[in-house]
Amino acid sequence: MKKERDVVMAVPEPILRMTGIGKQFPGVKALDGVDFRLLPGEVHALMGENGAGKSTLIKVLTGVHPVDTGTIDLDGVPVAFTGPLEAQRAGISTVYQEVNLCTNLSVAENIFIGREPRKRGRIDWKRMRARAAELLARLDLDLDVSAPLEAYSLAVRQMVAIARAVDIEARVLILDEPTSSLDAGEVAQLFKVMRTLKGEGIAILFVSHFLDQIYEIADRMTILRNGRRVGEYLVSELSQVELVGKMIGQELKELERLHGEAKRFDAPLVEARELGRPGAIEPFTLTIHEGEVVGLAGLLGSGRTEVARLLFGADHAGGGEIAVGGTPAALRTPRAAMGHGIAFCSEDRKADGLVPDLTVRENIILALQATRGWTRPVPREQQDALVGKYIKALKISPPHPEHLVRNLSGGNQQKVLLARWLILEPRLLILDEPTRGIDVGAKAEIQRLVVELSDGGMAVLFISAELEEVLRLSHKVGVLRDRRLVAQLPNDEELTTEVLMETIASGGRP
Amino acid sequence: MRRLLWPLVILAALLAVNVLFTPGFFSIQVREGHLYGSLIDILRFGAPLILVALGMTLVIATGGIDLSVGSVVAISGALACLQISQDAGVFTAVVLALGLSVALGVWNGFLVANAGIQPIIATLILMVAGRGLAQLITDGQIITVNDPAFKLIGGGYLLTVPFGILLVLAVLAVTAFLTRRLALGMLIEAVGGNAEASRLAGIRARGIIVMVYAFAALCAGVAGLMISSNVSSADGNNAGLWIELDAILAVVIGGTSLAGGRFSLAGTVLGALIIQTLTTTIYSIGVPPETTLLFKALVVTVVCLLQSAAFREKVFKRRARTAGAQEVAA
Amino acid sequence: MSALASRQRYLPALVTGCLFAAMFVAGGIRYEGFASGQVILNVFVDNAFLLVVAVGMTFVILTGGIDLSVGSVVALSTMIAATLMSGPGWPPYVVIPLVLLIGSGLGLVMGYIIHAFDIQPFIVTLAGMFLARGLCYTIGTESVPIEDATFTAFAQTRIDLFAEMWISPSVIIAAVVVAVAAYVLHYTRLGRAVYATGGSEQSALLMGLPVGRTKIAVYTISGFCSALGGVLLSFYMLSGYGLHAVGMELDAIAAVVIGGTLLTGGSGLLLGTVLGVLVLGLIQTIISFEGTLSSWWTKIFIGLLLFVFIVLQRLFSSRSSR
Repeated sequence: MKKERDVVMAVPEPILRMTGIGKQFPGVKALDGVDFRLLPGEVHALMGENGAGKSTLIKVLTGVHPVDTGTIDLDGVPVAFTGPLEAQRAGISTVYQEVNLCTNLSVAENIFIGREPRKRGRIDWKRMRARAAELLARLDLDLDVSAPLEAYSLAVRQMVAIARAVDIEARVLILDEPTSSLDAGEVAQLFKVMRTLKGEGIAILFVSHFLDQIYEIADRMTILRNGRRVGEYLVSELSQVELVGKMIGQELKELERLHGEAKRFDAPLVEARELGRPGAIEPFTLTIHEGEVVGLAGLLGSGRTEVARLLFGADHAGGGEIAVGGTPAALRTPRAAMGHGIAFCSEDRKADGLVPDLTVRENIILALQATRGWTRPVPREQQDALVGKYIKALKISPPHPEHLVRNLSGGNQQKVLLARWLILEPRLLILDEPTRGIDVGAKAEIQRLVVELSDGGMAVLFISAELEEVLRLSHKVGVLRDRRLVAQLPNDEELTTEVLMETIASGGRP
Repeated sequence: MRRLLWPLVILAALLAVNVLFTPGFFSIQVREGHLYGSLIDILRFGAPLILVALGMTLVIATGGIDLSVGSVVAISGALACLQISQDAGVFTAVVLALGLSVALGVWNGFLVANAGIQPIIATLILMVAGRGLAQLITDGQIITVNDPAFKLIGGGYLLTVPFGILLVLAVLAVTAFLTRRLALGMLIEAVGGNAEASRLAGIRARGIIVMVYAFAALCAGVAGLMISSNVSSADGNNAGLWIELDAILAVVIGGTSLAGGRFSLAGTVLGALIIQTLTTTIYSIGVPPETTLLFKALVVTVVCLLQSAAFREKVFKRRARTAGAQEVAA
Repeated sequence: MSALASRQRYLPALVTGCLFAAMFVAGGIRYEGFASGQVILNVFVDNAFLLVVAVGMTFVILTGGIDLSVGSVVALSTMIAATLMSGPGWPPYVVIPLVLLIGSGLGLVMGYIIHAFDIQPFIVTLAGMFLARGLCYTIGTESVPIEDATFTAFAQTRIDLFAEMWISPSVIIAAVVVAVAAYVLHYTRLGRAVYATGGSEQSALLMGLPVGRTKIAVYTISGFCSALGGVLLSFYMLSGYGLHAVGMELDAIAAVVIGGTLLTGGSGLLLGTVLGVLVLGLIQTIISFEGTLSSWWTKIFIGLLLFVFIVLQRLFSSRSSR
């Protein structure tokens, strides 16, 4: 057993204390000796980039995953939940971004289902509706509680989820990215509710990618990076620049730019003008030249992927226009974008990249085959030649074209996806986090490849959470914050990771 | 190839049982210029099922299902027989019947791909209405036709071989060519395996989906011609009754997952042959033929349990646990 | 908007109700002797068994599942009942509970397999369909007449209402089943869990509802209703036969869908199912009154109605999910 450490002064006894939490998944240490505590009546932000361990920490806390090492104490009593339900019964409720309610049921039912008030064995609808209305009034909401939940906006659904959690006598409320699809007014409403709950002594664990929101609502924050705790801070005592620095991390070594001397770009390839999509990314204007590597920097959820998806036609733009090679182009579908020589390596390899049941060869050939239609198969010799060439060039391992892609490691899956697009010889290659979750060797190879491709005249849009990598590869860096492209900076000697962090933190405002 | 192992074993076992009860089971003779024998009969009577199951395989590979093929079988047979009974000529009759079948398939595909209705629901419509349509065509009667050219399709012989078997081989060859020599198979598997990834790779999924439903209906149409030709009549009510369920069963036994993705034409043919052999076996070993359904229920259950990850995990876990317990004991 | 929204769930059933009324009025204008109360009552008398089966199907479809085995279970029930009464001469009050038990048991097993091994309901109940039909044929391939005196007397009872109108005891039984089922769906936690499971299984799990138990329960209920439907069918037919109720699963599914229940689950009313059965029954009545229209038009009309309702559902759901 671990000895209780020095008691921190002037701080009430925490409701929840997690000590030395470790969690290992096959091939990755998701959490490594993380300490975390939650005080009553505070909003505590959990901060970190992709893979920092935020969601694992929440899952460990709510019993989705068992802990490998460490202890969780609730009110000083050790607990180990077997699932979210048990956690809920103990007073820890979670409201997810994708609200987990049944939208086909009425508002009142969503609050009370499973615990409906009953009279003589039958559900007492009248009392249920009255109590629901009462509860919502406490959160300053006036809804028709007998209307189905689907009649209301996502924001209202979230409040209903919170109302349900509160009524189960939650003492710890976990809000996992509740604001990512809300507009400003809805966020304000949510914050009002959060303040009310805070006043009642409920501890709120808040996850959000929006820095402004953190600084508006949170009292304290814990920052995670690569599965370790960076530290716990009072929000009032940590500047935004410091926060970004701690989330991204700085390795103090000589920054090596992989490109030779500065090039001049004068052949614009893709020009986006006031391109945007409501709720996903504010309208932005961006020009990518032939042979140019444009890096996109920004925190998770800042709109990096949304920019890429719009340029590829994966989502419908809400407004604005795109020109390719100087002529306006309607990129309404991925197919249309491919026709203009644009390729897109998506971030989520499993969900929208690879077909896991097909072989390496088939996955590599898929996009090329799609452009030809099913009647004109790529001849087998050509397939074997192309696939063989890229297996060798990208060092895909094991080097067997007929292996199922599902059995490959993350890095090799990434290379397969890359190969799929490279054989199309695109004019613009969009890479969304191509080096995430892959080993150091593969990472260096992919970086070198990007340089080679751009030297050969291909334009590359390179998205990465790692600022260093962006700086090392890009000729120009676009900075995103809170779903806006806030700055476009030429990558010269003056541009450092510090400057980028400041731009992210300040949102480009002087 | 490993996926075909279990179906092969089951088929071999069924055939072995037959040999035990009918010593001359494997003998094939030529009588009056026609091939005769139990094995030939299995192929001949199994031909319509194989056809329907081939079409169903592609539909299931896209993650769909087609409940309406049985009705299409009835409609196709009914229209062909009606035309022939009105002296329209066999060629016209066949072309009209198959044309209507394809149109019905396109309708299904449209509902699934463009209207976005779940396949099981979309094809339920035609499953229900199609039976009525078939009876409407035959006016509720059983139309009997007597045309030697039409008889050839399901009951005739060509070069000593039953024509139905040749037809199945031809359709199988065409399907294999389209899917494996051309790129259709890979694109179908991509759409069924990961629809969003396929869209981002630029695959036109809608066209492919409409095509597989049209193809399934075409196969059902041919099967309908075969069935009505074999009995020289069209019965709108009973032709192809429940063949969709047998076809789905054949596909599942053949190792194609109902969730879509990878498919195996050879597996489907094996699956259909297993079902047909099962029927034959039950006749030959003297069990009342009515129990065929019981065996089918057994086969479906076993195959699905084996394919179920949850089931495998439970069984596997139990085994692992007992193994662990033994280790501790040792 | 929200006051409207809270009533929206009655809309599909209302549409079906209007359709029924319109069909009845049209029939009344067109055919002599159509517009009488007994015509409607006859629809109930002739479809009591379908109504009971469709009630069970409604539970299953509300959870987002499907039960293909109902027709076969109905047939199996008639077969078991007839055989036990005619052969060993068991009395009805032993046979009927036994039949209900067997039907519920079959449903329970199917529900368990669906839940525990995560296999599609379609396939599991398909196996159940083969099994039940196969058992029928194993018991006997011929139609078995029912001659038990109590049973036949009960079956032939006419309950006279006012103005020379009458119903059969089966209608009363069906009405009781509908009432109990409506109560369960609306006033018990099981019923609400059925709706929640159909709305979103994942959410229902996270909200702490017993999803597995609910799923097993609905297939058991469906099995019970099928068996009871089988008993009512044996009242109606006074025989047990392996070829009874062929394709009844399709009629039941059609009635549920036409009654406005979403096939994807989570939305629908039992009242809608009742109206759906009535519409199906009235189509048959109209076709028999028409005389020149042949019976297959029933199927074509049902298919058309299915199409219209499914497309309406699709439009409705894509609009509300935005």
